[in-house]
Amino acid sequence: MKRWIVLALAAVAVAVIGLAVGPANLAVGEVWAGLTGSADAATSAIVRELRLPRVLLAFLIGGSLAVTGATLQALVRNPLADPYLLGLSGGAGLGAVTAIALGVGGAWAVPLAALVGALGAIALVYRVALVGGGMLDTRVLLLAGVVVGALAASVMGAIMALSPAPEVRNALLWLLGSLDGASWRSLGVFAVYAVLPLLALYALARPLDLLALGEEPARFLGTDVERTKRLLYVSASLLTAAAVSVSGIIGFVGLVVPHAMRITWGHTHRALLPGAFLLGGSLLVVADAVARTAFAPLELPVGVVTALIGVPVFVWLVRRWAS
Amino acid sequence: MGELIFEARRASYRYPAAHDEAVRAVTLAVPRGELVAIVGPNGSGKTTLLRMLLGVLHPTEGEVLAGGQAAHAWRRRELARLIGVVAQREEPVFPLRVYQAVLLGRYAHLGPFRAARADDLGAVERALARCDVSQLRERWVATLSGGEWQRVRIARALAQEPQALVLDEATANLDVRHEMEVFELTAELVRKEGIAALLVTHHVNLAARFGDRVIVMQDGAIAAQGTPAEVLRRDVLERVFGWPVQVEQWRGVPQFVPLKREERAE
Repeated sequence: MKRWIVLALAAVAVAVIGLAVGPANLAVGEVWAGLTGSADAATSAIVRELRLPRVLLAFLIGGSLAVTGATLQALVRNPLADPYLLGLSGGAGLGAVTAIALGVGGAWAVPLAALVGALGAIALVYRVALVGGGMLDTRVLLLAGVVVGALAASVMGAIMALSPAPEVRNALLWLLGSLDGASWRSLGVFAVYAVLPLLALYALARPLDLLALGEEPARFLGTDVERTKRLLYVSASLLTAAAVSVSGIIGFVGLVVPHAMRITWGHTHRALLPGAFLLGGSLLVVADAVARTAFAPLELPVGVVTALIGVPVFVWLVRRWAS
Repeated sequence: MGELIFEARRASYRYPAAHDEAVRAVTLAVPRGELVAIVGPNGSGKTTLLRMLLGVLHPTEGEVLAGGQAAHAWRRRELARLIGVVAQREEPVFPLRVYQAVLLGRYAHLGPFRAARADDLGAVERALARCDVSQLRERWVATLSGGEWQRVRIARALAQEPQALVLDEATANLDVRHEMEVFELTAELVRKEGIAALLVTHHVNLAARFGDRVIVMQDGAIAAQGTPAEVLRRDVLERVFGWPVQVEQWRGVPQFVPLKREERAE
């Protein structure tokens, strides 16, 4: 219980930081006044219309990526799995870059194209991984994800090479991840979309404990293995596709957070998934706050910040895991 | 004879791309209160037979029943309350403590949502004690020896509170002491709690000493089945294993010794 309180308090604390920092730094009191509407119009607008949806979106996306990462690691029984492993990022990137290169880079066109690309990659990977008799082979799933991702990346490279420079820059920035486009509307769309996969993954937490042991033990301990794998894969990949289409490719959250939680809380997914959600959400809120303020008024892609935080942590984790 | 846990009636299985059947027209019955051992050379169809009995493979001909209904028709959760399985190999990828590992055996009773109650925790404690791993409960499974890990896996199967225990070469990489402990434990569970036990093993002599019945597989078919005295005969073993043997009696149970070439002439 105590550890949940700690995580929840951390989440609230980083949310306050996320609301306070930015081009106009606010005191905690001003944040509160902005939220409750007792501040002046400008402060209220900054807090309520700009920062609050952005903080909430960052939290929801960071949490979703962490939950997806934890799920996929257990599903493919590989501690190095992350949400983008399964070719999703390549597909989403290809979709977005195609839209940008074709000059239809409107506020809704790029996320939509990314979603279409990601869904295409999911379908392709899933189809490749279904072997004899409709069974999902997680080893093939892993390989299919890698090759579909590589294929998408090379097509994307070709498009970028043939497109005029400014558009390439936009595409590159998009690929590195950003929460720049956050609004109440994008938050609402993502929240509605994310609820179902998140609930499905939480409902599958115990079967996931068993699957992490291996398919054979899982089956004999009482899991319908094929059905569970399919549900897990579809829920996890749809959730990632939605996250990518809203925010681009934000790396390392889905890799590092599940490991940090596994090391500190153990492997039971009923606790691990919600814990990873809170920690992943908090981490992305902090990363986004850094991305907005480090070189203000310029903004860093948030994926750059998560990688800068994530790489050292990851190296430390891998070395610890290997020894 | 007690209530039948496993039953096969002229059951055969052919793998989709294969030419020959991996298991041919097998008929057998495993009742409660009996320890049945399956022996046979590599590739004789033991594992395929087991996978049919456990409802993983659907027989291409004949029938396979578990607890009186078609083995493959069971929902896995319900079957897991009937049968606990310790499969050949299992290597955990993620850190897990012994207690958590054994608690996973309760999934068949808990399902995805129900919290563990006193009877669940009681079953876990009994299973830990039975397998003599209570003192290991806080250990990480990765730090266990092969014998300890195997006992923990048996404890997990017992936490399922099954009517039958299936061990598929569960003692293959254990030393003598740990192997004997696993056989002793299984035999005791059969005697005291009246469960059925089905053991696949390469150790023909232990199968004869602990088994109420022994089934010998060869080329996918049953070459012999019956009491150890009926099955452990020189002609049967020499034919099945393709090696000269001598059969001796040890306290009324036949035990076999594979012969060296020079001993053959004697």
